[in-house]
Amino acid sequence: MLLSSWIRAVISRRRWIKFASGILLGFTLSLTLLTACQPAAEVTDSAPSAPDSGSGGTVRIGMTASDIPFTSGAPNSGFEGVRFTGMTLYDALVTWDLSVSDQPAPLVPQLATEWSVDEADPRVWTFKLREGVKFHDGSDFNADAVVFNFEKIFDENAPQYDARQSAQVIARLPVYESIRKVDDYTVEITTKTPSSLLINQLPFMFFSSPAHYEALGEDWTAFEIDPSGTGPFMLEELVPRERAVLVPNPNYWDENRMAKADRIELIPIPEGTTRANALLSGQVDWIEAPPADTLAMLEGRGFQITSNGYPHLWPWQFSFAEGSPWLDKRVRQAANLAINREEIQALLGGNMIPAQGILLPDDPAFGNPAFEVRYDPDEALALLADAGYGPDNPLDVKVLISTSGSGQMQPQPMNELIQQQLAAVGINVDFEVLVWETLFDNWRQGAEHPDSRGAHATNITFATHDPFAAMVRFVYTDSAPPNSLNWGLYSNPEVDALIEELQETFDPEANLAVYQRLHETLVEDAPFLFVAHDVGPRAMRSEVGGFVQAKSWFQDITPVYLN
Amino acid sequence: MFLYICRRIVYTVPIALAVAVVCFSLVHLAPGDPLSAVIPADAPAEVVERIVQAYGMDRPLPVQFFSWLGRAIQGDLGVSVATGRPVAGEISRALGSTFTLALAAALLGFLFGTLFGTVAAFLQGRWSDRLVTGIALFGVSVPHYWLGLLLVIIFSVQLDWLPSLGGGSGSFGERLPYLILPAVTMSFIPMGIVTRTVRSTVSELLGSEFVTSLRARGLSTVSIAKHVAKNAAPSVLAVMGLQFGYLLGGSILVETVFSWPGTGYLLNGAIFQRDIPLLQGIILTLSMFFVALNLLVDVLQTLFDPRIRRS
Repeated sequence: MLLSSWIRAVISRRRWIKFASGILLGFTLSLTLLTACQPAAEVTDSAPSAPDSGSGGTVRIGMTASDIPFTSGAPNSGFEGVRFTGMTLYDALVTWDLSVSDQPAPLVPQLATEWSVDEADPRVWTFKLREGVKFHDGSDFNADAVVFNFEKIFDENAPQYDARQSAQVIARLPVYESIRKVDDYTVEITTKTPSSLLINQLPFMFFSSPAHYEALGEDWTAFEIDPSGTGPFMLEELVPRERAVLVPNPNYWDENRMAKADRIELIPIPEGTTRANALLSGQVDWIEAPPADTLAMLEGRGFQITSNGYPHLWPWQFSFAEGSPWLDKRVRQAANLAINREEIQALLGGNMIPAQGILLPDDPAFGNPAFEVRYDPDEALALLADAGYGPDNPLDVKVLISTSGSGQMQPQPMNELIQQQLAAVGINVDFEVLVWETLFDNWRQGAEHPDSRGAHATNITFATHDPFAAMVRFVYTDSAPPNSLNWGLYSNPEVDALIEELQETFDPEANLAVYQRLHETLVEDAPFLFVAHDVGPRAMRSEVGGFVQAKSWFQDITPVYLN
Repeated sequence: MFLYICRRIVYTVPIALAVAVVCFSLVHLAPGDPLSAVIPADAPAEVVERIVQAYGMDRPLPVQFFSWLGRAIQGDLGVSVATGRPVAGEISRALGSTFTLALAAALLGFLFGTLFGTVAAFLQGRWSDRLVTGIALFGVSVPHYWLGLLLVIIFSVQLDWLPSLGGGSGSFGERLPYLILPAVTMSFIPMGIVTRTVRSTVSELLGSEFVTSLRARGLSTVSIAKHVAKNAAPSVLAVMGLQFGYLLGGSILVETVFSWPGTGYLLNGAIFQRDIPLLQGIILTLSMFFVALNLLVDVLQTLFDPRIRRS
C-alpha cells in the first residue's frame, strides 16, 4: 500500500518536473524579453553649474559595508569607513588633497598649519594648530582637544580611553609614542624612533570634541549617535545597519570644502547585486564597487561609471625561503617579463592599470627603475635559460590564491591567465586555492609556516598609499613574521639601508628622492610579480554632479550634489 | 498533560546544550582570525596581542566556552567585536524585523498552501490539481535568492512599483511596501510544502472508510470537509510549525538580497566580519526559538489529537 502510493507520487512528480520546468523556462524567457525591450534611462548631457552649499539635494550612497562604520571618530570597516564617517564628520592634522585626479593624492595640512622636526632630537615633532576652528557643538578646537584625542587612543589609563576606537587607530600609527601640549595652539608629538613616516600616518587620526563628550556624560556610545567633530558634515541621524544621514556643517572652516548636497544618506548594502539593483530601482543614487559584470549594463542604461587608478597593487609576493626558485633574481625578472598585462586588462574589460612597479606609474616616487617591467617573452626565455631552466629542466612553482576577497579583483580568471602566460616560457604554475580568510591569515604566518603548504608565492592585494603600506611592511627584514607582512622573508641589505635612511630623512624633497631610490631598487630586484592596479569603479545616476574621483582609497564627497 | 509538557521542557535542556557546543565549536573551527574585524592586517604583533587579550581570546577554548555559556544563561550574550554594541540588543532589534517578515510569509504561505492543497485533493487528477501541484513543486524547488532577485528585477527595476531595499521607516503603512517582495519570496517554500502536505493528507483521508461512511449517510461536502480538516490538522500543523520555525530563523539569502534588517542579514554580516560573539548569540537564539517552537507544536498536536499523548 505504502509502496504503491510512493510509486504513484514519484510518477506524478516526474511529470510535474517536466511541466514545471516548462513554466519556468517560459517565465524566464518572457522576463528576458521584457528586460530587453525596456528603454534605457535617459542620459542628460547638460552640465549645470554646481549649486550653492547645502542646496544640492539628497545623495544616497550604497556602501559595501554591512553596517554604518563607527561615527565617534575612529571608523571601522577599513578604508570605506575612513572615507564615509571619518573624513566627512572629522578632520585630521594632515590629510590628502582629494581634489586632484591626475596624480596620486598628495598630503596637505588640515588642522595643523605647519610642522617641524627637532634637529637635536628628530623624534620630536612640533605642530602648529589651525586657529578659529570649532567643533560641531561650538567648542574650540585647540591643543587640549588634540591631546585629549591622542590619549583616547593611546593612553589606557586616561578616563576617555576607548578600546574600540583605539583598536582602529593604533595599528595605523605605529610610530607614535607620546604627545605634549606646548601652548593653546601648539603640540609636540614624539615618535618611538626617528621616523619621517609619522606624517603619512596622521591622516588616520581624527579629532572628536572633548566638550561634547563631557556633555554626553563621558559616554562614547552616546557620542556614536550624537557625534561632534570639526568636519564638513554633521551627523543628523544614525540607524545602526540601516542608514546614517549627514548634513552640511554651515560653520566649516575651509570655505573650499563646503558641502554642496543638502543631505548625504549612507546605506550599507553588502551584497553586490543588491547594490546594483538598488541603483537601478532608484533607491540609491550612487554605489560603491558595482559588481564587475554589471558595469557594461549600468553604463548602457545611462548611469555614470567613474574610475581612476589608486594606490593598490595586485601582485604575487614571492617566497625567499630555502628551495624557492624565486631566490634567483633572473627568474623573478623573467616572470615579470613573461606576463602580458594588456591581455589581463582586456580580460577585466579594461578595468585595471598594468603595473610597472609597486607604485602607480605616475606616482612622483616611481623614479626611473633600471629594470623596465614590460611584456618581453624572448628576454624572459633568455633569462630563464641563463638561470639554467629550459625544456629539459622546467621550472615548477606553487602559488597560494583565493577565489574572492576584498580588493582581490577577479583572482581566479586573472591567475589562470597568468598561469597560461607563464607556461608559454616554461614556468609551470600550480595553484593552491584557499578560502580568502585563510589566505589572508596566512599572510602574517609567512612562507615557512606549515599552513603555507610549501608555496612559493602568495596572491594578496594591498594599499600602497605611503612607504610603510607599500613597501616597509613587505620588504624590510624586521617585518618578517610575526612582526609584519614580509611573508616571503625577503631580506636585502640595500633595501634595509634605504628604508632606514627614508625614516630619518625629514626634508620633503630629500625624502622623496630616497623614496624614489627605494622604489627603483625594489622594481629592479623584483620581489613581487607586478601585475595590476585596480581602478575602483563606482556607479552613479547621471544627475549626480561634482564628483572628482581622486587617485586614492579616499574620496571627497563635499563637492557632490544631485541635479 | 502538565507532566507531558514538563517532560518535554526537560528534554530541551540537553538539546540546547548540544546546540551551544556545536555552535561554539563551529565558529571556532571556521577559517580566519576571529579578531580580523578589528585588527588591521599590518598591526604590529604587540598591538594584536593587546587586542586579543582585551577580548579574552587568548584563553583556552573550553574556558572561553564556559564563561560564554555562563553569561549566556543569564541573558548576557556579550558585546559584538565589530560594533561594540551588546549582542542581545542587536539580536532583539533584528528579531522584530525577522518576526514581521516570517509572520507575513507564513500567513501568505499557509493560506495559499492550505487552499491549493485542499483544492488539489478534492479535484485530484484534474488540470487544476496539476496546476496547483506544479506551483507547489516550483515553490519547493526554486532557489529563494534567485526568485528574490527576479521579483526585484520585475517589480522594482522594471515596473518601479515596490522598493527592493531595507525595511523602510515611519508608520506601518509606510513600511508595508518594503515588506511585500521579501515576504512573497519567503512564502514560496512554506506554500509549496504546505500544499503538498495538505494534498497528500486530505486525499488519503478522502479515501478512508470513515469518509465513505459519512458520504453514505448523506452528509454534504462541506460537512465532510470539516471532518477531514479536523483529522488532517495534526500533521499539517506539525509541518506548519516546522516551517514557521524555518521562517523565524530568517533566511540569510533572502534577507541579504533585500537588505532586510533581520537576523539572517545580521548573521550574514557576522559571518563576513567573523564577529564571533554576535554569531554565537544569533545561532543560539535562533536554535532556542526552534526548540521552543517544536515544543509548542507538540503541545498543540496533543491538544488536537489525544492519541499522541497516550502513545
